[in-house]
Amino acid sequence: MLRLILRDLRLVLRQGSDATAALMFFVLCVVLFPFGVGPEPNVLMRIAPGVLLIAALLAALLSMERLFQGDFEDGSLELLLLSPLPAEGVAVAKVAAHWLVTGVPLMIVAPLLALLLRMPVDQLGLLVGTLALATPLLSLIGAVGAALTLGARRSGVLLPLLVLPLYIPVLIFAAAGLDAGLSGLSPRPHLLLLGGMLCGALVLAPLAIAAALRAAHE
Amino acid sequence: MTSSSPFTGRDLLCLRGGRLVFQDLDFTLAAGGCLTLVGPNGSGKSTLLRLMAGLLKPLRGTIAWDGVALAQDPEAHRARLHYVGHLDAVKASFTCREILSFWAGVRGVADRAAVDRALAAFAIDTIADVPGRFLSAGQRRRLSLARLVAAPAPLWLLDEPTVGLDRASVALLEGAIARHRADGGRVVLSTHIDLATPGGAVLDLAAFAPAEDDEDGAEDAA
Repeated sequence: MLRLILRDLRLVLRQGSDATAALMFFVLCVVLFPFGVGPEPNVLMRIAPGVLLIAALLAALLSMERLFQGDFEDGSLELLLLSPLPAEGVAVAKVAAHWLVTGVPLMIVAPLLALLLRMPVDQLGLLVGTLALATPLLSLIGAVGAALTLGARRSGVLLPLLVLPLYIPVLIFAAAGLDAGLSGLSPRPHLLLLGGMLCGALVLAPLAIAAALRAAHE
Repeated sequence: MTSSSPFTGRDLLCLRGGRLVFQDLDFTLAAGGCLTLVGPNGSGKSTLLRLMAGLLKPLRGTIAWDGVALAQDPEAHRARLHYVGHLDAVKASFTCREILSFWAGVRGVADRAAVDRALAAFAIDTIADVPGRFLSAGQRRRLSLARLVAAPAPLWLLDEPTVGLDRASVALLEGAIARHRADGGRVVLSTHIDLATPGGAVLDLAAFAPAEDDEDGAEDAA
């Protein structure tokens, strides 16, 4: 599994495009908001959590379509499913690699963008913490959709339709946590719920992904 | 690989896309044996190989290794097979050696010498550091076949392994198959050209095709 993660990371380093495109999309998306909404600090601060989270969500989705596609098309996925590695292990490794190349860079860039949106400096820790819970969830849930749409024509349209509704709970609790922090309340209950969802997804998503990958090869 | 455990299929029936591909198919493959699948296009050669690999499940019948059905222990079966399909799993930005090391590593072989031996066995040692995007179709296929040698596994399932190979490479493949069988390994392959497999059995899938009867076909589709 570690070998597969390392291979995927190396693949991204050599080919670049997908992960960097997602990151650039995230940055540009967030930067556009002050232009559209105006530079009013209070307004920007008020919308900052939602803007950051929705941009992160769309960036994760953008890079999701290619998650299994490349390996599916060149036959690597078939061989991985026939390797001694359990299919669930393949799923976990692919998702982990995806999170490392999209989720982690997002977490690093997000505080800088948050400053641009006039978020108070003392809230940045909370922002990174929330993203640390939310981005693996986005990767896990998105990967289920990506595996299900494998081999389908027009999967680019199908994937967002399938996955975006499932992202709503993540968005709600992550945004509520950040809002609570901004208004001086404790973000703890929201983060605990996010953590609970992450625990559930960590167990269930690999099972669903593995089943979908197997079905794609029938 | 000393066991005489047979690899068998009994009474297999397979349905693909609502169409009956073959029925009442039996096969037995002992250690050191080779089974060559022949038959016209669409007669189910690839389907049978995918059944044997466990990628597909038969609608009826069982495939078993030493009496244990594949469905009961799919992971043990995956550990003992190599599958070479129509796709070569070559990444454009990785070199031949990196690709082969990865696939050997997935099967627990982290030995650089084994990878080098496998590259040499299919005469791709001279292009070991060339990235995948510059390989010809034949070179890609040879790289795919080199996986067989890099990490030993008792059962080779080869779906048209000679596609894109020149005469010299076909000879290399024949040599590899012969060595594998001498070590007690088994091979199932489908091919359209004459591949020398001394002492190997031939399974003609056309014999197991359902009767060409329209009413029968309509019944099966329904």
